[in-house]
Amino acid sequence: MAEHYNLKRADFIFRNENDWEKILSRTLEKDKQELINELISSELKGRGGAGFPTGLKWKLASEAVADQKYVICNADEGEPGTFKDREILTKVPFKVLTGMGICGYISGASQGYIYLRGEYKFLKADLEKAISEFEYYCKEINFDFNIKIFMGSGAYICGEETALMESMEGFRGEPRNKPPFPTNQGYMGKPTVINNVETLAHTFTIFKHGAKKFYDLGVQFSRGTKLFSVSGDTPKPGIYELELGMSLQDFVDEFGDGDTKAVQVGGASGFLVPRKRFGVTSIGFKGKLTGISLPTGGSMMLFNSTRSMFNVLDNYLEFFREESCGQCTPCRVGCQQLLLGIKAVKQGQKQAAYLDKLLKLTETMQYTAKCGLGQSVANSFSSIVENFREEMIY
Amino acid sequence: MDHTIEYISELVKKTGRKREHLLPVLQGVVQRENCLSDETIIEIARQLDLPTADVYGTATFYSFLETQKMGKYVIRVCKTITCAMKGKNQILLTIEDMLKIGIGETSTDKQFSLLQTNCLGWCHKAPAMLINDEVYTELTPEKVREILSEYIKK
Repeated sequence: MAEHYNLKRADFIFRNENDWEKILSRTLEKDKQELINELISSELKGRGGAGFPTGLKWKLASEAVADQKYVICNADEGEPGTFKDREILTKVPFKVLTGMGICGYISGASQGYIYLRGEYKFLKADLEKAISEFEYYCKEINFDFNIKIFMGSGAYICGEETALMESMEGFRGEPRNKPPFPTNQGYMGKPTVINNVETLAHTFTIFKHGAKKFYDLGVQFSRGTKLFSVSGDTPKPGIYELELGMSLQDFVDEFGDGDTKAVQVGGASGFLVPRKRFGVTSIGFKGKLTGISLPTGGSMMLFNSTRSMFNVLDNYLEFFREESCGQCTPCRVGCQQLLLGIKAVKQGQKQAAYLDKLLKLTETMQYTAKCGLGQSVANSFSSIVENFREEMIY
Repeated sequence: MDHTIEYISELVKKTGRKREHLLPVLQGVVQRENCLSDETIIEIARQLDLPTADVYGTATFYSFLETQKMGKYVIRVCKTITCAMKGKNQILLTIEDMLKIGIGETSTDKQFSLLQTNCLGWCHKAPAMLINDEVYTELTPEKVREILSEYIKK
């Protein structure tokens, strides 16, 4: 059974701290190995949704041998229902930049990039100002590190790390095969650390307050806090920092409108949890002992009983069909057929049992699609169709 | 055509002429012209020494790099789930009614184009839209009319 906690609010990320210069210079004086160990012991996992241990990623990049390495901050926040990264870059950009700088020091990279989605272009001017202030200070303390902004141009798939690198290299944003992983061969074929905006902001907290402070929050396998982007049928939509590991029931008690029928955890590529499972579902990364535990990049969308789950699924599938890069057949054709399929069932052109064929198709996509996009269509599709089958048919 | 060559040259001088500079060059052209015409694509390919088809293939991958002639103001209304739930259709109807254009169309005076787009990242303040790079949130039909009136006056 999962280790459940009541909702615990926290305030690290958006806390007003004006000491980034001190934290940066203080941290750069420390031994790299010591810093890596500190980060590993915090058990911070990537906050973009995939949950790869950040300390290990930095360690791998630091061990890679190359004449040039890179640090990339992934600000291509495109998952439906996620909007926390924009807020971080608006309110506390120096925490992210400091995290990038420390990462550069540890991994041996002197060049950093922020891949900013085209939809957030209005952030660019302020961010550039922050970067020049940051670079000025780096020069002052003789630390060789520069950051450039690379603008995206409206493609969800570029949030996938290797697609993002293809895009930066001037190509269509089509994901690469892995391995090789970016820590060995990333941007321009060089070892690259690529982290989500929020992950980098958390490293600031860890290097400032120590790993223990972070580790003591949350639950086993899911340490620390996380920003949640709350939207949909809720009286208080917005961004909230909470300790990981809370039960979905506690979440709904806090954010629901009293009539919550289901919650989509992790955006369109995540899972839909129906009311009857709120009590047995917790929010965090998967681990051996945690029972049903759902990871999320922070997207939490609430639906009340007035919403048609068919419309929700229809909207997601249209999203995936448009955003699939089209490179691999399972995803390109799969997304099209799923969308056509549920419409055909709804209109009575196909029998209800056709839904089972579509479920099989998502299973195939899960195994055969090249990247996370095609693989994760199965998550929302199966969790919606299995829990709200009647709504798909009638 | 001469002036196209000129400003692409200038852009390339600023960004560089390697493959990794292609996206910034394309973005620069769209910023200025609101679209990538065939002739600009051919010229970019020439200056970056790339196959034209490759430049076209890359450009058409990205939804913000338009290859159709767009109006001066490109309106992109978010159609993803939360915005759809919070009245995106009313917003579209209001815009269509006011500007007399449908989705994917450009007004006859070449001032406005109307498009739908995927999640803009404003789900907590839905519905949302972009007009060029400017974002507008928590829209209502009244609010949209006010915003568009301002643009029409410009």
